[in-house]
Amino acid sequence: MTLADILTSLFPGGHDVRNDDGVLSGSGALRSGGRALVVGIADRTAVGIDEAIRLSRYVLDSIASGSGPILVIVDSDSQRMSKRDELLGLNEFLAHLAKCLIYADIHGRPAIGILYGHSAAGGFLATALATRVLVGLPGADPVVMDLPSMSKVTKLSIDILEEKAKSTPVFAPGLQNLAQTGAVHLTWDEATPLADQLEALLDDLPDARDRRDALGKERGGRLKAADIAERVHGLALQTR
Amino acid sequence: MEDLSYRHIARQRAGGTRKIAVIGVVASGNLEVLAERNLPDAECLVEIKTAAEGFGEVWNAVIADFVERHSPGGVRFSINDGGARPDTVSLRLAQAARLMQEDDQ
Amino acid sequence: MSAGQTAKASPDRTGSWYEASARTRVRLLLDPGSFEEFIGPEQREISPHLKVFGLPEQFDDGIVVGRGLLDGAPVFVAAQEGRFMGGAFGEVHGAKLTGLLRAARDLKSISVLLLLDTGGVRLQEANAGELAIAEIMRAVIEARTAGVKVVGLIGGRSGCYGGGGLIAGCCSALAVSEQGRIAVSGPEVIETNRGVEEFDSRDRALVWRTMGGKHRRLLGGAELFSDDTVQGFRDAALDLLGSVADFGLDTLKAEQARLEDRLQRFGACPDAIDIWTAEGIADAASVPALPADQFIALADQVRRTSRDAR
Repeated sequence: MTLADILTSLFPGGHDVRNDDGVLSGSGALRSGGRALVVGIADRTAVGIDEAIRLSRYVLDSIASGSGPILVIVDSDSQRMSKRDELLGLNEFLAHLAKCLIYADIHGRPAIGILYGHSAAGGFLATALATRVLVGLPGADPVVMDLPSMSKVTKLSIDILEEKAKSTPVFAPGLQNLAQTGAVHLTWDEATPLADQLEALLDDLPDARDRRDALGKERGGRLKAADIAERVHGLALQTR
Repeated sequence: MEDLSYRHIARQRAGGTRKIAVIGVVASGNLEVLAERNLPDAECLVEIKTAAEGFGEVWNAVIADFVERHSPGGVRFSINDGGARPDTVSLRLAQAARLMQEDDQ
Repeated sequence: MSAGQTAKASPDRTGSWYEASARTRVRLLLDPGSFEEFIGPEQREISPHLKVFGLPEQFDDGIVVGRGLLDGAPVFVAAQEGRFMGGAFGEVHGAKLTGLLRAARDLKSISVLLLLDTGGVRLQEANAGELAIAEIMRAVIEARTAGVKVVGLIGGRSGCYGGGGLIAGCCSALAVSEQGRIAVSGPEVIETNRGVEEFDSRDRALVWRTMGGKHRRLLGGAELFSDDTVQGFRDAALDLLGSVADFGLDTLKAEQARLEDRLQRFGACPDAIDIWTAEGIADAASVPALPADQFIALADQVRRTSRDAR
């Protein structure tokens, strides 16, 4: 689906989402009433300091003046890899964006990620992964670590890596693997209007507690994380 | 990866009261040694997981020498090896044995 | 803790933070004998993924988490071992930190010290590592929202790269030494993807002045600069725990303003030297060679880092 198709299908009642050099902002009318803030990254744009600061501004302005859910629609590259971005503190800009989204989510503005294309590394962490619920659309293509780069570092051929990837979802790219580890909560069906699926999600929205580790365990993609976190949590709570 | 295991009879129990010690890190040319006081006083067990395969005889010699010198009776040593040279292995084992001879914290 | 231990002589904290292992940092940073580890190495909770690649495991998966006392006050501590797998986040490694932060969130009153030393995601378990970082970022924000102070201490071999840089950006405050590079993309990553003209990773001076602790302090990316000693980091941790403000919407608004201001003032600067010059440092080229004490004095003079805009 193209971005335009997605927005039309999400908001049959209309939207005013703009795409300025890959940075999405605007809002859409929800069928159940009210509007959703829309922010995001389109056209496989890298998330650099200039993109991140605009997105965090939209989110903060909306926290001050708006209500309703925040949709984070993503087809991004990784973080922008450049001297200028690192020189000026890209880690702070990306963290700030993630903080704004998570803060909003905790404070009554549920953040819902919609991954419809690519995303990777720091760009992924600052946007789609900083939400309460991450939805994948068919064709989404998240890559934490691409196999050619992995091949270079591990000195294993791509064939061998692909073979290994069959036994575990823990390192290889792709929507299915990320769903199994608990990063992607659900996948929507393109044949059904997205508005229906969005309303169904909003009607039955989980609370703000992070359950991605439990989901990864349930789906067999991340068997240890939830138990280890819970054990440390339990030990730490026994504080003198 | 190769798993190796060496069991020795030690002349005497390792001194001190410490129950556990860990020293070193798993990195290229380095290793970690975890020492636990949980065996009968006369026994010593050294278990190794190593990325460098085919060095069983070298390990055998290094560990026999270590047990002879330090007599760490009652202690189980578990090693994760990142391909350390024998002198580094001896050093880490000796450090672990010395830590075990301290009094428990 | 027994009385005998409190009477123990104070440990030697003059040694290098950079050279010390994660365990040594924790032991020397905290009050003597006060540290208690959660899921220690004897539990052998190793990564389940490294054997797939024929790689050696470490019994603590490269991170030490637990509680102890800092100048008598209880703190939670997590320390990454930068020499094991470059301090990278894997499934178990990350989950230990997530659990610690969630406990801090629930208890509300105990501060957290993060001794970050990491290259980012561990690529052999990349999806689990990336997600662990996302969970940690969320847990940091939840803990801070509950009133917990989360202070990052950065000065290790692996610096603080990739998702580690984002976690650092989520902390209440940071102390960094000259060696404590903070960035998202590492020098080699930029060079590989964009070419040597964009960033020459072998130009060490360029790496230090673009990502190193002095630049981060002058830019406002870290609140305090520490000498490369355990004592330096201990003093910095105490200072920050005593001075960081609460976290809320005003914090985020102040951070937005702080970062917008930075972009406006320095967005066109091609190099760190230009930024330092624009900050009013007369002899900016001499900054990299300044000893720690002189640098700290200079930094305090030119930039009083705000403690309520992060």
